[in-house]
Amino acid sequence: MNNPDRSAVVLAESRNATRKMLAEFWFYFSQNRGAVAGLFVFIVLVIVALAAPLVAPHDPDVQYRDFFLTPPVWQEGGNSMFLLGTDAVGRDMLSRLIFGARFSLFIGLVVVGIALTGGIVIGVVAGYFRGWVDTVIMRVMDVILAFPSLLLALVLVAVLGPGLMNAMIAIAIVLQPHFVRLTRAAVLTERTRDYVVAARLAGAGNTRLMFKTILPNCLAPLIVQGTLSFSNAILDAAALGFLGMGAQPPTPEWGTMLAEAREFILRAWWVVTFPGLAILITVLAINLVGDGLRDALDPKLKRS
Amino acid sequence: MALLEIRNLRVEFDTAAGPFRALDGVDYTVEGGEVLAIVGESGSGKSVAMLAVMGLLPESATVSADLMAFEGIDLRTMPAAERRKVIGKDIAMIFQEPIASLNPCFTIGFQLDEVLKAHTSLSRKARKDRVIELLESVGIPDPLRRVSAFPHQMSGGQCQRVMIAIATACEPKLLIADEPTTALDVTIQKQILDLLTDMQRDTGMGLIMITHDMGVVAETADRVVVQYKGKQMETADVLTLFENPSHPYTKALLSALPENATGDRLPTVADYEAMMQADVREVQP
Amino acid sequence: MSAPILKVRDLKRDYVISGGMFGKSKLLHAVKGVSFDVERGSTLAVVGESGCGKSTLARMLTMIDPPTAGTIEIDGEGIDIAAHGVTREMRQAVQIVFQNPYGSLNPRQKIGAVLEEPLLLNTSMSAAERRDAALAMLEKVGLPPEHYGRYPHMFSGGQRQRVAIARAIMLRPKLLVLDEPVSALDLSVQAQILNLLRDLQDEFELTYVFISHDLSVVRYIADEVMVMYFGEAVEHGTRDQVFSDPQHDYTKTLFAATPRADVESIKKRLAAKPAA
Repeated sequence: MNNPDRSAVVLAESRNATRKMLAEFWFYFSQNRGAVAGLFVFIVLVIVALAAPLVAPHDPDVQYRDFFLTPPVWQEGGNSMFLLGTDAVGRDMLSRLIFGARFSLFIGLVVVGIALTGGIVIGVVAGYFRGWVDTVIMRVMDVILAFPSLLLALVLVAVLGPGLMNAMIAIAIVLQPHFVRLTRAAVLTERTRDYVVAARLAGAGNTRLMFKTILPNCLAPLIVQGTLSFSNAILDAAALGFLGMGAQPPTPEWGTMLAEAREFILRAWWVVTFPGLAILITVLAINLVGDGLRDALDPKLKRS
Repeated sequence: MALLEIRNLRVEFDTAAGPFRALDGVDYTVEGGEVLAIVGESGSGKSVAMLAVMGLLPESATVSADLMAFEGIDLRTMPAAERRKVIGKDIAMIFQEPIASLNPCFTIGFQLDEVLKAHTSLSRKARKDRVIELLESVGIPDPLRRVSAFPHQMSGGQCQRVMIAIATACEPKLLIADEPTTALDVTIQKQILDLLTDMQRDTGMGLIMITHDMGVVAETADRVVVQYKGKQMETADVLTLFENPSHPYTKALLSALPENATGDRLPTVADYEAMMQADVREVQP
Repeated sequence: MSAPILKVRDLKRDYVISGGMFGKSKLLHAVKGVSFDVERGSTLAVVGESGCGKSTLARMLTMIDPPTAGTIEIDGEGIDIAAHGVTREMRQAVQIVFQNPYGSLNPRQKIGAVLEEPLLLNTSMSAAERRDAALAMLEKVGLPPEHYGRYPHMFSGGQRQRVAIARAIMLRPKLLVLDEPVSALDLSVQAQILNLLRDLQDEFELTYVFISHDLSVVRYIADEVMVMYFGEAVEHGTRDQVFSDPQHDYTKTLFAATPRADVESIKKRLAAKPAA
C-alpha cells in the first residue's frame, strides 16, 4: 500500500498541477502587453525602493546651501551633481524621489493590507450569515460610502491627528467598504454552490466553510480590486500629504513634496513636475497590472 | 441542388495550450424538407459546425472549407451585409437555453416584432397581427395576452416556443436547432419536438437537429451524421443507423443506451474501452 | 431481508415565498406528505420532472434542510436536525452526489484534499493514513493515483463525477442519495458511471436513493420506483410493476413522452410520415 515509488509519482504530479496553474495564469496575464509593461515598471520601482540607500546619489534630507532650486542637469544652470535639480532648501530631487518610492509602496502595502483583511472578514461574515448581521454591516458600509472619500479621510485624520500612520489608517477605513461589498457579493454567489453544500455534509463547520472553502474562490476579484486600491491609496496619501494632513515634512513622501513645492510652481517647474510624474507613473503601472490580473483571473473562474 | 452543402469544414481555436482543432474535415448536405440530425457527445464539434455556418464563432476561431454553399451560393465569398441578410431570414437558429436566449428586458411581443421589422417590409399593424399569428402557430395559449409577457414570466417550454416563433417568423428555408430540448422536461420535450417536426413538415423547410440524445434522433431525424472529436464517423439514414450501424463508435454509442442493456451491466465493447481511455487522457486546455 | 434502512413517514416541506415589501407571502408545498421504505442494499429511484419536489426530498434525506413535518429514520434511528442539529454519526450515515460535476467540486481544492476532507473532519486518522485511504478510493472509482494532486478543472465531467462519488463514500455511508448523477454526462460516460455505481453498491453494501428524470436510466438501475408529481408520490412499486403496468395517468404520460430509440418505433414513425 505504502509504495514509496507511487507516493513520489503522486507528489510530482501534485507539483506539476500547481505549476500548470501558474503557467496558465502567466499565459493569460502576458496576453496583455500593458500589464507586462506595468509589471516591469512596478518591479523596477520595488527594486529602487528597496535599494534606495545604494541607488540614491545623496542623502534625501541633506540641504546643499549653495544649490537652492538648481534646475535639472539638461537645463541652463543645471549641475551634474543633481540630475533632476534641487528643491527650495537645496535637497536633491532624485534622491528624495527614490526614497519617496519607499513611502509610497509602504503606504500602498499597509493600506491595502488593512483594508483587505478587514474587508474580507466583514464581507465574508455578512455574505455567509445573511439576515440581520448582513443588514447591519451593509448599512454601516453604505454610510461610510456616502461620504466623499477624501473628505472622510480628512475628518478621520483631523480626529486622529496628522501623520503618515494615521493617514494610512484613515485611507484604509475609507477603502474598506469597497472590499466588504465585493467580498460579500462573491460569497453570496459561491455559498449556494454544490461544493459548499458538499463540504458542509462532510462536516465542515462555519469557520472552515467561510475561510477555507468559500473564500479562496472569491479571491480573484479581490486581488484585482486590491491592486487598483493600491494605487488609490498612494493617490489619497499624496492628496492628504498635499493638504498637510499626511506625512509631515521633511519626509520625502511624494504628496508632501508636492505640497512643499506649491509656491514655486511658476518659478521652478521641476519641483512639482517630478513628484507628480512619479505618482502618475506608479499609479499607471499598478493599474495596468490590475487590468492584466483581471484578464488572467476572471475567465479562469468562469471556466472552472 | 442541396439547400446547404458543406465540404471539408475545418475549425481551429487559439487556446492557452496552442491551436485546438474543433472540427476536422466534415461534410454536410441538407436537402429542402429534410431533417438532418447531427449527433455526438460534448467535444464532438456538433455545435461548432453550425455556428461556423451562421458566422457566430468568436474571433479566436479560424474557419476553412472547400465549399460552404446555401442554395448554391457560396457563403464564404458573400459580402458580410449580404450574408447577414441570408442569416436570420433564410437560415434561423434556436438554442439550448430558451430563457437565456431571450432578452429579459423586453416583452416577447417586442422581440418578435424586432425580427419582423428587420427582415420584412410589413406595416406596424400587419406586424402586430403577424406576431399574434406566430405565437398562435407555436401553440402559446392566449397569445393576445401573452404578447406583453416578459420571458421570466414564462416557463422554459414556453420560452422555447417563443424562440421557435422568432426563428420561423420570416419563414426560413433552413432551421438549425441546437439541443432545443436538453434543458426541458421529458413531457415538454415531446411537445417541442412534435412542434418542430410538424412545422418542418408543413412549411417544407430543412431542419438540422443538433443533439446528444439518441432518443431525439430516433424520434425526429431522416438522416443522421455521427460525430466524435471533430471528425465525422458515419452518415446514414436513420433506420440504417439504428438497425445496422457500420462504424464502431456508433455501435458503442447505441450499446451504451441504458434501454439496450441486456444483462446486469451496460455493455462495454473493445472500441468502447479505447474511447474510455481517450476520455481519461483528455485534459481540458 | 432485514429491516428497511430508510424509513420515511409522511414527510412534508413547505417554502415561504416572500412577496416583496408589499406583496403577500405565499406558502409553497414542495413535498406534500411522502412515505416510503428502502431495503438495505437496494436502489429506490425517485422519478419526476422539474418542480416535483424530488430535489427537496433529497435535501431532507441528506439533512441539508429540515422537514416541515414527518419523520425520517435511518437504520432505526430517527433524525431530527431541527431539534438536535446534525451529529457526526448521522453525517456518516448519509451522503449525496450532485447532478452537476462542475459545481460540486471546489475549484481551489486538489482532488486529494477533496477526498481527505471528510476524513480530516470526522476521524482522527493521521495525514499518511488519510492519503492512503484517498489513493485507495481513487483506485476504486477507476482513477489513476496521479490524479490525487490535480485540480478539478483538469478533469472531464465523467472523471469529476467519479471524484464526487469517491468523496461521498469516503465515510462509508449506509445511504447514498444520488441527485441526477448522470444527467449532465455524455452517453458513453453515463454508462461507465452507472456501471461504477453498480460495482460500488455491491462492494460497500450501499443503499441508493436515485433521483432522476430519465426513465431509461431508472429502468436500468432501480429495484423500486417512486414517481413524484407536484410534491406527491403518485406511484410506487417495484421496477417491473411500474414499467409494465403503470397505474397513474401521469406515469403513463411520462412513459409516452420518453423518446424511444428502438428500430420498431422508428419504422412506425417513418411509416406514419407520408400519410400525415
